[in-house]
Amino acid sequence: MTGNEPVVAAEGIVVGYGGRPVLHGVTLRVTAGEVVAVLGANGSGKSTLIKSVLGLLSPRGGEVRLFGTPQRRFRDWYRIGYVPQRLDAGGGVPATVREVVASGRLARRGFLRGLLGGGAADREAVSAALVDVGLTQRANDPVSTLSGGQQQRVLIARALAGRPDLLVLDEPTAGVDAASQEAFASALRRFVSRGGTVLLVAHELGPLAPLVSRAVVVHHGNIVHDGQVPEPVGHHAGPHHDHVHPHAPYDRPGIWGAP
Amino acid sequence: MNLFAYDFMIRALIGATVTGLAAPAIGIYLVQRRLSLIGDGLGHVALTGVGLGLLTHNSPTIAAVVVAALGAVAVELVRERGKASGDVALAILFYGGISGGVVLVNLSSAQSSRSLTSYLFGSPLTTSPGDIVVIGVLGAIVLAVALLLRPWLFAVCHDEEYARVSGLPIRLLNITLAVTTAVTVTAAMRAVGLLLVSALMVVPVATAQQVTRGFNATMYLAMALGVGASVVGLSVSSQLDTAPGATIVLLAIASFVAVTLLAGVVRRARPRQSVPGPPADAEPPEVLLDR
Repeated sequence: MTGNEPVVAAEGIVVGYGGRPVLHGVTLRVTAGEVVAVLGANGSGKSTLIKSVLGLLSPRGGEVRLFGTPQRRFRDWYRIGYVPQRLDAGGGVPATVREVVASGRLARRGFLRGLLGGGAADREAVSAALVDVGLTQRANDPVSTLSGGQQQRVLIARALAGRPDLLVLDEPTAGVDAASQEAFASALRRFVSRGGTVLLVAHELGPLAPLVSRAVVVHHGNIVHDGQVPEPVGHHAGPHHDHVHPHAPYDRPGIWGAP
Repeated sequence: MNLFAYDFMIRALIGATVTGLAAPAIGIYLVQRRLSLIGDGLGHVALTGVGLGLLTHNSPTIAAVVVAALGAVAVELVRERGKASGDVALAILFYGGISGGVVLVNLSSAQSSRSLTSYLFGSPLTTSPGDIVVIGVLGAIVLAVALLLRPWLFAVCHDEEYARVSGLPIRLLNITLAVTTAVTVTAAMRAVGLLLVSALMVVPVATAQQVTRGFNATMYLAMALGVGASVVGLSVSSQLDTAPGATIVLLAIASFVAVTLLAGVVRRARPRQSVPGPPADAEPPEVLLDR
């Protein structure tokens, strides 16, 4: 990889669910050190774009390159930390915060390497990630006893534990309380100051807005804006505007059929 | 009666212990994935293997392992597609498996209608020294997979999408889990039978998770409960002259009910005392309900 190769290069991505086109030839590039926010309404195709970048969806057309490598041949997944929208409750088997965050080390460990338990480096990285999101005291609590915002912080800690170069976040602030949003924003700020690159999808930016270096707005499967973070307009711009309109139910990842 | 006075009783206890350890160790992943009934289905499929083995004068156990493993791979491929019609495909596979098994077992010889019951509901007291070797080897394979691959299997069962983005070999892990489930079913066939093995994979896990806080703790406690139910159940059944496999399962279910009731009482006795978070983390209850 050459130094000026973009971290993410998605060129002319076309995705459709069944017969319904969701993305019409979208191009998105993210260079090292950028914090790019993909904005758009529910159903605009912004989450689909992110899932195509990560290879969770196979686009019908276009090409994705990660760190200069075509996605199909990309193997350095430890360089990417993915923070999904939320943690599915799982099948009811309890898991502690530390156990979930430790999953973030697997991409670094490689399959079957270090078969007999994680080493000191793994434990240290997990602890550091928990400190980063302010959940050290909850490390041995079951994830299910945490609030929604705290669970979101668990997911970012899991991604940070792998010490990635690129963080990809899907709706990190949706339905998250103020305290968790702040903890989230400062963890992200530290990640960026260490030279990390961020690609995030959001419906609204909240306290993350000052961090964002570039905003891309997706509307009906096309990019309609690429540049400065657009200013909220009308009553949305009010300092005490409470953003309460109902969010669509969580759309299941599309790999198991139409959402 | 002294349980250890008879060789057949010692062999039965060894088989029950191995089964009690191995079944919950792999069952926890199925529970986490909400696939609690897959073990039951694979038990049905394994019966066809038993029938094939009896009919061709090969080892019914080895034939059951092979057929159940093939069935497990088929189940995994159907699950991966995630189509609604997959549900029907699984039903056809499972009922085809048990019907095929019954027909083949009956075809094989006159004395095997008695053995059909023993494969379906277990007959630990007839465990031969050769059976013990097979059960031991199969049990060791299951425990090795369940314990050594735990970080990877946990990741893929907990959040498959995240595991995929971590670059883990998702399909290999899923098929490993499915085939190991098939091996567990076959290993447990002698102790509790093909129709009851799923209970031993699921019920101790369900009991353990009432009182545990983490995945590893749940796994170890479920294994302990599995061994307890198997050994005590076998002893009780020999005292009371009841069916051993069914007694083991009833005992496991009884402890599930007891622990659930007890945990409910304890929870009510000390409400919200369990995990006080720092005040800044507090969220209004509506937020929790919202999610």
